[in-house]
Amino acid sequence: MLEIDNLSHVYGAGTPNEHRAIEGLNLSVAEGELLCIVGPSGCGKSTLLRSIAGLISPTGGQVKVEGNLVRQTPDNLAVVFQDYSRSLFPWMSVADNVALPLRRRGMDKKARREAAMEALESVGLSGAERKYPFQLSGGMQQRVAIARALAYRPTLMLMDEPFGSVDAQTREDLEDLVLKVRGHHQMTIVLITHDIDESVYVGDRVVVLSKAPAHVVGDLKVDLPEPRDQITTREHPDFVHLRAEVGRLVRGHAAVV
Amino acid sequence: MSVTATALAPGRPARATVRWSRRAVGALAFAALIELVSRTGLADREFLPPATEIVARMGTLALDPAFRAHALTSLLAWAVGLGLAAVAAVPLGLLLGSVPVVDAATRSVVEFLRPIPSVALIPLVALVIGTGLQLRISLVVYASLWPILYNTMYGLRGVDPLAKESLRSYGFGPLSVLLRVSLPSSAPFITTGVRLAAGIALILTVSTEIVAGRGEGMGVFIYFAGIAVPARMTDILAGVCWVGLFGVAVNALLVAFERRAFRWHHARLGEQT
Repeated sequence: MLEIDNLSHVYGAGTPNEHRAIEGLNLSVAEGELLCIVGPSGCGKSTLLRSIAGLISPTGGQVKVEGNLVRQTPDNLAVVFQDYSRSLFPWMSVADNVALPLRRRGMDKKARREAAMEALESVGLSGAERKYPFQLSGGMQQRVAIARALAYRPTLMLMDEPFGSVDAQTREDLEDLVLKVRGHHQMTIVLITHDIDESVYVGDRVVVLSKAPAHVVGDLKVDLPEPRDQITTREHPDFVHLRAEVGRLVRGHAAVV
Repeated sequence: MSVTATALAPGRPARATVRWSRRAVGALAFAALIELVSRTGLADREFLPPATEIVARMGTLALDPAFRAHALTSLLAWAVGLGLAAVAAVPLGLLLGSVPVVDAATRSVVEFLRPIPSVALIPLVALVIGTGLQLRISLVVYASLWPILYNTMYGLRGVDPLAKESLRSYGFGPLSVLLRVSLPSSAPFITTGVRLAAGIALILTVSTEIVAGRGEGMGVFIYFAGIAVPARMTDILAGVCWVGLFGVAVNALLVAFERRAFRWHHARLGEQT
Protein backbone atom coordinates (compact mmCIF):
# COMPACT_ATOMS: atom_id res chain seq x y z
CA MET A 1 0.00 0.00 0.00
CA LEU A 2 2.63 2.46 1.14
CA GLU A 3 6.35 2.00 0.58
CA ILE A 4 8.90 4.46 1.89
CA ASP A 5 12.39 3.82 0.70
CA ASN A 6 15.46 5.51 2.13
CA LEU A 7 13.61 8.80 2.53
CA SER A 8 15.57 11.92 3.46
CA HIS A 9 14.61 15.54 3.68
CA VAL A 10 16.84 18.51 4.37
CA TYR A 11 15.47 22.02 4.83
CA GLY A 12 17.67 24.86 3.63
CA ALA A 13 20.50 22.64 2.43
CA GLY A 14 23.86 24.42 2.38
CA THR A 15 22.65 27.36 4.48
CA PRO A 16 23.59 28.05 8.11
CA ASN A 17 20.01 27.08 9.03
CA GLU A 18 20.27 23.68 7.44
CA HIS A 19 17.96 21.25 9.17
CA ARG A 20 18.01 17.53 8.46
CA ALA A 21 14.46 16.44 9.30
CA ILE A 22 14.51 12.89 7.97
CA GLU A 23 17.42 10.64 7.05
CA GLY A 24 17.35 7.15 5.60
CA LEU A 25 13.82 6.31 6.67
CA ASN A 26 12.38 2.99 5.50
CA LEU A 27 8.82 1.94 6.16
CA SER A 28 6.16 -0.16 4.54
CA VAL A 29 2.49 -0.23 5.41
CA ALA A 30 0.15 -3.04 4.36
CA GLU A 31 -3.30 -2.48 2.93
CA GLY A 32 -5.96 -2.01 5.60
CA GLU A 33 -3.41 -1.45 8.35
CA LEU A 34 -3.76 1.26 10.99
CA LEU A 35 -0.24 2.38 11.67
CA CYS A 36 0.64 4.83 14.40
CA ILE A 37 3.86 6.79 14.15
CA VAL A 38 5.25 8.15 17.41
CA GLY A 39 8.34 10.18 18.04
CA PRO A 40 9.68 13.00 20.16
CA SER A 41 8.44 16.52 19.37
CA GLY A 42 10.05 18.15 16.38
CA CYS A 43 11.40 14.86 15.09
CA GLY A 44 10.16 15.30 11.55
CA LYS A 45 6.83 13.47 11.79
CA SER A 46 5.00 16.19 9.92
CA THR A 47 7.70 16.33 7.26
CA LEU A 48 7.21 12.60 6.78
CA LEU A 49 3.45 13.06 6.43
CA ARG A 50 3.86 15.90 3.94
CA SER A 51 6.23 13.79 1.88
CA ILE A 52 3.69 10.95 1.75
CA ALA A 53 0.93 13.38 0.78
CA GLY A 54 3.06 14.89 -1.98
CA LEU A 55 2.84 18.34 -0.38
CA ILE A 56 6.63 18.61 -0.34
CA SER A 57 9.25 16.91 -2.49
CA PRO A 58 11.71 15.03 -0.32
CA THR A 59 15.36 15.74 -1.05
CA GLY A 60 16.25 12.05 -1.10
CA GLY A 61 14.70 8.63 -1.44
CA GLN A 62 11.19 7.87 -2.60
CA VAL A 63 7.63 7.27 -1.51
CA LYS A 64 5.25 4.92 -3.32
CA VAL A 65 1.52 4.80 -2.74
CA GLU A 66 -0.28 1.83 -4.29
CA GLY A 67 2.85 1.14 -6.31
CA ASN A 68 3.02 4.65 -7.80
CA LEU A 69 5.86 7.01 -7.08
CA VAL A 70 4.53 10.10 -5.28
CA ARG A 71 5.34 13.24 -7.26
CA GLN A 72 2.21 15.17 -6.48
CA THR A 73 -0.71 14.41 -4.23
CA PRO A 74 -1.89 10.83 -4.82
CA ASP A 75 -5.48 10.43 -6.02
CA ASN A 76 -7.00 8.41 -3.25
CA LEU A 77 -5.45 10.12 -0.31
CA ALA A 78 -6.94 12.34 2.38
CA VAL A 79 -5.22 14.22 5.18
CA VAL A 80 -6.64 15.22 8.56
CA PHE A 81 -4.53 17.95 10.12
CA GLN A 82 -4.15 18.75 13.80
CA ASP A 83 -5.37 22.30 13.50
CA TYR A 84 -9.00 21.86 12.44
CA SER A 85 -9.78 25.56 12.87
CA ARG A 86 -7.26 26.36 10.16
CA SER A 87 -7.79 23.42 7.84
CA LEU A 88 -11.56 23.84 7.57
CA PHE A 89 -12.78 26.72 5.39
CA PRO A 90 -14.50 29.21 7.71
CA TRP A 91 -16.55 30.87 4.94
CA MET A 92 -18.27 27.61 4.04
CA SER A 93 -21.00 25.72 5.83
CA VAL A 94 -20.14 22.36 7.32
CA ALA A 95 -21.82 20.52 4.43
CA ASP A 96 -19.97 22.60 1.83
CA ASN A 97 -16.66 21.96 3.57
CA VAL A 98 -17.23 18.23 3.40
CA ALA A 99 -18.51 18.31 -0.18
CA LEU A 100 -15.79 20.51 -1.70
CA PRO A 101 -13.08 17.86 -2.28
CA LEU A 102 -15.65 15.67 -4.05
CA ARG A 103 -15.41 18.02 -7.03
CA ARG A 104 -12.22 16.13 -7.78
CA ARG A 105 -14.30 12.99 -8.05
CA GLY A 106 -16.39 14.45 -10.86
CA MET A 107 -19.58 14.07 -8.85
CA ASP A 108 -22.54 16.34 -9.58
CA LYS A 109 -23.93 18.69 -6.95
CA LYS A 110 -26.61 16.32 -5.71
CA ALA A 111 -24.23 13.38 -5.38
CA ARG A 112 -21.73 15.57 -3.51
CA ARG A 113 -24.41 16.75 -1.15
CA GLU A 114 -25.60 13.20 -0.45
CA ALA A 115 -22.08 11.92 0.15
CA ALA A 116 -21.44 14.83 2.52
CA MET A 117 -24.59 14.13 4.53
CA GLU A 118 -23.70 10.47 4.77
CA ALA A 119 -20.20 11.23 5.97
CA LEU A 120 -21.49 13.73 8.52
CA GLU A 121 -23.91 11.14 9.81
CA SER A 122 -21.12 8.60 10.21
CA VAL A 123 -19.20 10.98 12.47
CA GLY A 124 -22.32 11.78 14.49
CA LEU A 125 -22.92 15.26 13.09
CA SER A 126 -26.32 14.92 11.43
CA GLY A 127 -28.15 18.20 11.72
CA ALA A 128 -25.01 20.38 11.81
CA GLU A 129 -24.67 20.65 8.02
CA ARG A 130 -25.94 24.22 7.79
CA LYS A 131 -23.74 25.48 10.61
CA TYR A 132 -20.42 27.20 10.10
CA PRO A 133 -17.22 25.84 11.62
CA PHE A 134 -16.92 28.73 14.09
CA GLN A 135 -20.29 27.79 15.54
CA LEU A 136 -19.02 24.33 16.54
CA SER A 137 -16.81 23.12 19.41
CA GLY A 138 -13.25 22.01 18.68
CA GLY A 139 -14.13 18.34 18.86
CA MET A 140 -17.02 18.81 16.47
CA GLN A 141 -14.84 20.76 14.05
CA GLN A 142 -12.36 17.89 13.99
CA ARG A 143 -15.28 15.54 13.31
CA VAL A 144 -16.11 17.71 10.29
CA ALA A 145 -12.52 17.40 9.10
CA ILE A 146 -12.73 13.62 9.52
CA ALA A 147 -16.08 13.56 7.68
CA ARG A 148 -14.47 15.54 4.86
CA ALA A 149 -11.76 12.90 4.57
CA LEU A 150 -14.23 10.00 4.77
CA ALA A 151 -16.61 11.44 2.15
CA TYR A 152 -13.67 11.47 -0.26
CA ARG A 153 -13.42 7.67 0.22
CA PRO A 154 -9.65 7.59 0.31
CA THR A 155 -7.72 4.32 0.25
CA LEU A 156 -5.09 5.98 2.43
CA MET A 157 -5.94 8.42 5.20
CA LEU A 158 -3.15 10.39 6.87
CA MET A 159 -3.80 11.94 10.24
CA ASP A 160 -1.33 14.46 11.64
CA GLU A 161 -1.76 14.57 15.43
CA PRO A 162 -5.49 14.75 14.83
CA PHE A 163 -6.46 14.87 18.49
CA GLY A 164 -3.69 17.11 19.77
CA SER A 165 -5.90 20.17 20.19
CA VAL A 166 -8.94 18.77 22.00
CA ASP A 167 -9.65 17.94 25.63
CA ALA A 168 -9.10 14.45 27.06
CA GLN A 169 -12.71 13.29 26.93
CA THR A 170 -13.19 14.45 23.34
CA ARG A 171 -9.90 12.85 22.48
CA GLU A 172 -11.10 9.43 23.64
CA ASP A 173 -14.35 9.87 21.70
CA LEU A 174 -12.47 10.74 18.55
CA GLU A 175 -10.07 7.79 18.97
CA ASP A 176 -13.07 5.48 19.14
CA LEU A 177 -14.59 7.25 16.14
CA VAL A 178 -11.49 6.47 14.08
CA LEU A 179 -11.64 2.82 15.14
CA LYS A 180 -15.33 2.71 14.21
CA VAL A 181 -15.07 4.33 10.78
CA ARG A 182 -12.09 2.27 9.73
CA GLY A 183 -14.26 -0.79 10.28
CA HIS A 184 -16.88 0.60 7.90
CA HIS A 185 -14.57 1.96 5.22
CA GLN A 186 -11.82 -0.29 3.99
CA MET A 187 -8.84 1.97 4.16
CA THR A 188 -5.29 2.21 5.35
CA ILE A 189 -4.66 4.78 8.05
CA VAL A 190 -1.38 6.34 9.08
CA LEU A 191 -1.82 8.31 12.29
CA ILE A 192 0.93 10.50 13.64
CA THR A 193 0.88 11.28 17.33
CA HIS A 194 3.18 12.17 20.18
CA ASP A 195 0.90 10.39 22.63
CA ILE A 196 2.32 6.96 23.43
CA ASP A 197 -0.90 5.61 24.99
CA GLU A 198 -2.91 6.72 22.05
CA SER A 199 -0.60 5.03 19.57
CA VAL A 200 -0.95 1.67 21.33
CA TYR A 201 -4.68 2.05 21.91
CA VAL A 202 -5.55 2.94 18.30
CA GLY A 203 -2.85 1.18 16.26
CA ASP A 204 -2.44 -2.29 14.78
CA ARG A 205 1.21 -1.43 14.67
CA VAL A 206 3.35 1.29 16.21
CA VAL A 207 6.46 2.68 14.59
CA VAL A 208 8.79 4.77 16.73
CA LEU A 209 10.93 7.48 15.15
CA SER A 210 14.18 8.87 16.48
CA LYS A 211 14.90 12.53 17.13
CA ALA A 212 15.66 14.56 13.98
CA PRO A 213 16.97 13.49 11.55
CA ALA A 214 14.23 10.90 11.88
CA HIS A 215 14.58 7.23 11.13
CA VAL A 216 12.75 4.18 12.43
CA VAL A 217 14.02 2.92 15.79
CA GLY A 218 11.19 0.59 16.71
CA ASP A 219 8.41 -1.31 14.97
CA LEU A 220 5.92 -3.11 17.22
CA LYS A 221 2.89 -5.18 16.41
CA VAL A 222 -0.08 -4.43 18.65
CA ASP A 223 -2.07 -7.57 19.36
CA LEU A 224 -4.78 -6.39 21.68
CA PRO A 225 -8.26 -7.92 21.85
CA GLU A 226 -10.87 -6.33 19.56
CA PRO A 227 -12.96 -4.30 19.85
CA ARG A 228 -10.82 -1.91 21.81
CA ASP A 229 -12.34 -0.25 24.81
CA GLN A 230 -11.12 2.85 26.62
CA ILE A 231 -11.23 1.16 30.03
CA THR A 232 -10.56 -2.55 29.56
CA THR A 233 -8.01 -2.19 26.76
CA ARG A 234 -6.00 0.29 28.74
CA GLU A 235 -5.78 -2.04 31.76
CA HIS A 236 -4.90 -5.08 29.66
CA PRO A 237 -1.42 -6.41 30.62
CA ASP A 238 -0.33 -6.37 26.96
CA PHE A 239 -1.33 -2.71 26.68
CA VAL A 240 0.66 -1.80 29.76
CA HIS A 241 3.64 -3.74 28.49
CA LEU A 242 3.51 -2.29 24.96
CA ARG A 243 3.14 1.25 26.13
CA ALA A 244 6.20 0.84 28.36
CA GLU A 245 8.09 -0.58 25.43
CA VAL A 246 7.13 2.29 23.14
CA GLY A 247 7.92 4.77 25.90
CA ARG A 248 11.41 3.30 26.33
CA LEU A 249 12.02 3.53 22.60
CA VAL A 250 10.88 7.16 22.41
CA ARG A 251 12.80 8.26 25.48
CA GLY A 252 15.71 5.87 25.22
CA HIS A 253 16.65 7.10 21.89
CA ALA A 254 16.17 10.71 22.82
CA ALA A 255 18.62 10.19 25.70
CA VAL A 256 21.32 8.58 23.54
CA VAL A 257 21.38 11.44 21.02
CA MET B 1 -12.03 45.18 17.30
CA SER B 2 -14.24 46.08 20.21
CA VAL B 3 -16.83 47.36 17.73
CA THR B 4 -16.87 43.92 16.16
CA ALA B 5 -17.37 42.26 19.50
CA THR B 6 -20.22 44.62 20.28
CA ALA B 7 -21.79 43.86 16.96
CA LEU B 8 -21.86 40.15 17.73
CA ALA B 9 -23.10 40.50 21.27
CA PRO B 10 -26.72 39.52 21.92
CA GLY B 11 -27.67 43.06 22.87
CA ARG B 12 -26.87 44.34 19.43
CA PRO B 13 -30.13 46.02 18.29
CA ALA B 14 -30.39 48.07 21.46
CA ARG B 15 -26.77 49.16 21.25
CA ALA B 16 -27.07 50.05 17.58
CA THR B 17 -30.09 52.22 18.38
CA VAL B 18 -28.16 53.98 21.13
CA ARG B 19 -25.22 54.53 18.80
CA TRP B 20 -27.40 55.95 16.06
CA SER B 21 -29.35 58.21 18.35
CA ARG B 22 -26.10 59.58 19.75
CA ARG B 23 -24.93 60.34 16.25
CA ALA B 24 -28.22 62.04 15.42
CA VAL B 25 -27.95 64.19 18.54
CA GLY B 26 -24.43 65.22 17.51
CA ALA B 27 -25.52 66.15 14.00
CA LEU B 28 -28.53 68.11 15.29
CA ALA B 29 -26.38 70.00 17.78
CA PHE B 30 -23.98 70.95 15.00
CA ALA B 31 -26.85 72.15 12.82
CA ALA B 32 -28.24 74.16 15.72
CA LEU B 33 -24.86 75.81 16.20
CA ILE B 34 -24.71 76.86 12.55
CA GLU B 35 -28.26 78.15 12.78
CA LEU B 36 -27.39 80.20 15.84
CA VAL B 37 -24.16 81.62 14.44
CA SER B 38 -25.88 82.60 11.21
CA ARG B 39 -29.13 84.01 12.69
CA THR B 40 -27.37 86.10 15.33
CA GLY B 41 -25.19 87.64 12.66
CA LEU B 42 -22.02 86.28 14.26
CA ALA B 43 -21.08 85.14 10.77
CA ASP B 44 -22.07 86.93 7.61
CA ARG B 45 -25.21 85.31 6.25
CA GLU B 46 -23.77 85.48 2.77
CA PHE B 47 -21.02 83.12 3.82
CA LEU B 48 -22.93 80.94 6.26
CA PRO B 49 -26.65 80.65 5.66
CA PRO B 50 -28.74 79.17 8.51
CA ALA B 51 -28.89 75.37 8.65
CA THR B 52 -32.64 75.36 8.11
CA GLU B 53 -32.21 77.22 4.84
CA ILE B 54 -29.56 74.77 3.65
CA VAL B 55 -31.77 71.81 4.51
CA ALA B 56 -34.77 73.43 2.85
CA ARG B 57 -32.67 74.04 -0.28
CA MET B 58 -31.58 70.39 -0.23
CA GLY B 59 -35.28 69.47 -0.33
CA THR B 60 -36.12 71.73 -3.28
CA LEU B 61 -33.00 70.59 -5.14
CA ALA B 62 -34.08 66.98 -4.74
CA LEU B 63 -37.25 67.85 -6.65
CA ASP B 64 -35.44 69.93 -9.30
CA PRO B 65 -34.97 67.96 -12.58
CA ALA B 66 -31.84 69.90 -13.50
CA PHE B 67 -30.17 69.07 -10.19
CA ARG B 68 -31.26 65.44 -10.48
CA ALA B 69 -29.57 65.25 -13.86
CA HIS B 70 -26.37 66.59 -12.24
CA ALA B 71 -26.63 64.01 -9.48
CA LEU B 72 -27.32 61.14 -11.88
CA THR B 73 -24.32 62.02 -14.03
CA SER B 74 -22.03 62.06 -11.01
CA LEU B 75 -23.48 58.80 -9.75
CA LEU B 76 -22.87 57.21 -13.13
CA ALA B 77 -19.24 58.32 -13.29
CA TRP B 78 -18.71 57.19 -9.71
CA ALA B 79 -20.33 53.78 -10.15
CA VAL B 80 -18.76 52.96 -13.51
CA GLY B 81 -15.33 54.09 -12.34
CA LEU B 82 -15.49 52.16 -9.09
CA GLY B 83 -16.83 49.06 -10.85
CA LEU B 84 -14.10 49.13 -13.49
CA ALA B 85 -11.47 49.66 -10.80
CA ALA B 86 -12.70 46.63 -8.84
CA VAL B 87 -12.86 44.46 -11.96
CA ALA B 88 -9.27 45.41 -12.79
CA ALA B 89 -7.73 45.58 -9.34
CA VAL B 90 -8.92 42.27 -7.88
CA PRO B 91 -7.46 40.04 -10.63
CA LEU B 92 -4.35 42.22 -10.71
CA GLY B 93 -4.00 41.87 -6.94
CA LEU B 94 -4.44 38.11 -7.19
CA LEU B 95 -1.73 37.99 -9.84
CA LEU B 96 0.73 40.22 -7.97
CA GLY B 97 -0.05 38.57 -4.67
CA SER B 98 0.42 35.01 -5.85
CA VAL B 99 3.21 35.24 -8.41
CA PRO B 100 6.24 36.82 -6.68
CA VAL B 101 8.12 37.26 -9.97
CA VAL B 102 5.42 39.53 -11.41
CA ASP B 103 5.24 41.43 -8.13
CA ALA B 104 9.00 42.03 -8.11
CA ALA B 105 9.04 43.07 -11.77
CA THR B 106 6.24 45.61 -11.41
CA ARG B 107 7.06 46.87 -7.93
CA SER B 108 9.14 49.90 -8.96
CA VAL B 109 6.46 51.12 -11.37
CA VAL B 110 3.72 50.61 -8.80
CA GLU B 111 5.69 52.35 -6.07
CA PHE B 112 6.28 55.29 -8.41
CA LEU B 113 2.67 55.67 -9.53
CA ARG B 114 0.94 55.13 -6.23
CA PRO B 115 2.06 58.26 -4.32
CA ILE B 116 1.02 60.61 -7.15
CA PRO B 117 -2.11 62.43 -5.93
CA SER B 118 -4.75 61.56 -8.52
CA VAL B 119 -6.12 65.09 -8.47
CA ALA B 120 -2.75 66.33 -9.76
CA LEU B 121 -3.30 64.25 -12.89
CA ILE B 122 -6.56 65.96 -13.82
CA PRO B 123 -5.05 68.65 -16.12
CA LEU B 124 -2.79 66.13 -17.81
CA VAL B 125 -5.55 63.62 -18.48
CA ALA B 126 -7.95 66.40 -19.50
CA LEU B 127 -5.47 67.53 -22.17
CA VAL B 128 -5.22 64.02 -23.54
CA ILE B 129 -8.82 62.82 -23.48
CA GLY B 130 -10.91 65.96 -22.99
CA THR B 131 -13.18 66.88 -20.13
CA GLY B 132 -16.14 64.59 -20.78
CA LEU B 133 -17.37 61.63 -18.81
CA GLN B 134 -14.33 59.61 -19.81
CA LEU B 135 -12.06 62.03 -17.92
CA ARG B 136 -14.04 61.49 -14.72
CA ILE B 137 -14.26 57.75 -15.16
CA SER B 138 -10.60 57.27 -15.97
CA LEU B 139 -9.46 59.30 -12.96
CA VAL B 140 -11.93 57.55 -10.67
CA VAL B 141 -10.61 54.20 -11.93
CA TYR B 142 -7.02 55.28 -11.40
CA ALA B 143 -7.59 56.53 -7.85
CA SER B 144 -9.82 53.63 -6.78
CA LEU B 145 -7.44 51.05 -8.11
CA TRP B 146 -4.88 51.42 -5.35
CA PRO B 147 -6.84 50.64 -2.19
CA ILE B 148 -8.49 47.63 -3.85
CA LEU B 149 -5.21 46.37 -5.27
CA TYR B 150 -3.34 46.77 -2.00
CA ASN B 151 -6.07 45.26 0.11
CA THR B 152 -6.30 42.27 -2.21
CA MET B 153 -2.56 41.70 -1.94
CA TYR B 154 -2.67 42.23 1.81
CA GLY B 155 -5.53 39.74 2.14
CA LEU B 156 -3.66 37.17 0.10
CA ARG B 157 -0.63 37.49 2.34
CA GLY B 158 -2.79 36.57 5.31
CA VAL B 159 -4.25 33.39 3.83
CA ASP B 160 -3.53 30.47 6.12
CA PRO B 161 -0.98 28.14 4.49
CA LEU B 162 -2.68 25.20 6.17
CA ALA B 163 -6.00 26.04 4.50
CA LYS B 164 -4.24 26.01 1.15
CA GLU B 165 -2.48 22.77 2.01
CA SER B 166 -5.80 21.21 2.99
CA LEU B 167 -7.18 21.74 -0.47
CA ARG B 168 -3.93 20.76 -2.14
CA SER B 169 -3.94 17.49 -0.22
CA TYR B 170 -7.14 16.59 -2.10
CA GLY B 171 -5.29 17.01 -5.36
CA PHE B 172 -6.43 20.53 -6.29
CA GLY B 173 -4.01 22.56 -8.42
CA PRO B 174 -2.64 26.06 -7.75
CA LEU B 175 -5.40 27.87 -9.68
CA SER B 176 -8.14 26.02 -7.80
CA VAL B 177 -6.43 26.82 -4.51
CA LEU B 178 -6.22 30.50 -5.52
CA LEU B 179 -9.89 30.74 -6.46
CA ARG B 180 -11.37 28.45 -3.83
CA VAL B 181 -9.22 29.27 -0.82
CA SER B 182 -7.17 32.43 -1.28
CA LEU B 183 -9.90 34.53 -2.89
CA PRO B 184 -12.73 33.80 -0.41
CA SER B 185 -10.27 34.05 2.45
CA SER B 186 -9.21 37.53 1.28
CA ALA B 187 -12.77 38.65 0.51
CA PRO B 188 -13.19 40.66 3.73
CA PHE B 189 -10.02 42.63 2.97
CA ILE B 190 -11.01 43.15 -0.65
CA THR B 191 -14.41 44.49 0.43
CA THR B 192 -12.76 46.90 2.84
CA GLY B 193 -10.60 48.04 -0.08
CA VAL B 194 -13.70 48.64 -2.18
CA ARG B 195 -15.24 50.63 0.67
CA LEU B 196 -12.15 52.86 0.96
CA ALA B 197 -12.11 53.21 -2.82
CA ALA B 198 -15.79 54.23 -2.84
CA GLY B 199 -14.90 57.30 -0.77
CA ILE B 200 -11.91 58.17 -2.90
CA ALA B 201 -13.97 57.69 -6.05
CA LEU B 202 -16.46 60.24 -4.79
CA ILE B 203 -13.69 62.77 -4.17
CA LEU B 204 -12.34 62.25 -7.66
CA THR B 205 -15.76 62.44 -9.30
CA VAL B 206 -16.54 65.81 -7.77
CA SER B 207 -13.01 67.24 -8.21
CA THR B 208 -12.82 66.37 -11.90
CA GLU B 209 -16.25 67.90 -12.39
CA ILE B 210 -15.17 71.09 -10.70
CA VAL B 211 -11.99 71.30 -12.77
CA ALA B 212 -13.84 70.46 -15.97
CA GLY B 213 -16.33 73.23 -15.13
CA ARG B 214 -18.92 72.28 -17.75
CA GLY B 215 -21.41 69.62 -18.67
CA GLU B 216 -23.31 67.95 -15.88
CA GLY B 217 -22.39 66.72 -12.42
CA MET B 218 -22.60 67.66 -8.77
CA GLY B 219 -19.17 69.26 -9.04
CA VAL B 220 -20.33 71.36 -11.99
CA PHE B 221 -23.37 72.47 -10.02
CA ILE B 222 -21.24 73.45 -7.05
CA TYR B 223 -18.71 75.19 -9.30
CA PHE B 224 -21.30 77.36 -11.01
CA ALA B 225 -22.96 78.24 -7.71
CA GLY B 226 -19.51 79.37 -6.57
CA ILE B 227 -18.56 81.59 -9.55
CA ALA B 228 -21.96 83.29 -9.71
CA VAL B 229 -21.99 86.95 -8.61
CA PRO B 230 -23.00 87.06 -5.86
CA ALA B 231 -22.06 83.45 -5.03
CA ARG B 232 -25.06 81.23 -4.24
CA MET B 233 -23.78 80.01 -0.89
CA THR B 234 -26.94 78.09 0.02
CA ASP B 235 -26.70 76.15 -3.25
CA ILE B 236 -23.04 75.38 -2.67
CA LEU B 237 -23.65 74.07 0.82
CA ALA B 238 -26.79 72.14 -0.12
CA GLY B 239 -24.90 70.48 -2.99
CA VAL B 240 -21.96 69.66 -0.75
CA CYS B 241 -24.33 68.17 1.84
CA TRP B 242 -25.94 65.94 -0.78
CA VAL B 243 -22.52 64.65 -1.84
CA GLY B 244 -21.60 64.05 1.79
CA LEU B 245 -24.86 62.25 2.52
CA PHE B 246 -24.29 60.00 -0.44
CA GLY B 247 -20.79 59.15 0.81
CA VAL B 248 -22.08 58.36 4.30
CA ALA B 249 -24.88 56.18 2.91
CA VAL B 250 -22.57 54.17 0.66
CA ASN B 251 -20.14 53.62 3.50
CA ALA B 252 -22.90 52.50 5.88
CA LEU B 253 -24.29 50.09 3.30
CA LEU B 254 -20.90 48.53 2.70
CA VAL B 255 -20.17 48.25 6.42
CA ALA B 256 -23.53 46.50 6.92
CA PHE B 257 -22.72 44.17 4.05
CA GLU B 258 -19.31 43.36 5.54
CA ARG B 259 -20.85 42.54 8.92
CA ARG B 260 -23.41 40.27 7.39
CA ALA B 261 -21.35 38.51 4.75
CA PHE B 262 -18.18 38.04 6.77
CA ARG B 263 -19.52 36.89 10.07
CA TRP B 264 -17.04 34.00 9.95
CA HIS B 265 -14.20 36.49 9.63
CA HIS B 266 -15.29 38.61 12.60
CA ALA B 267 -15.96 35.51 14.70
CA ARG B 268 -12.41 34.42 14.05
CA LEU B 269 -10.93 37.79 14.97
CA GLY B 270 -13.07 37.78 18.11
CA GLU B 271 -11.52 34.50 19.15
CA GLN B 272 -8.03 35.86 18.97
CA THR B 273 -8.62 38.88 21.17
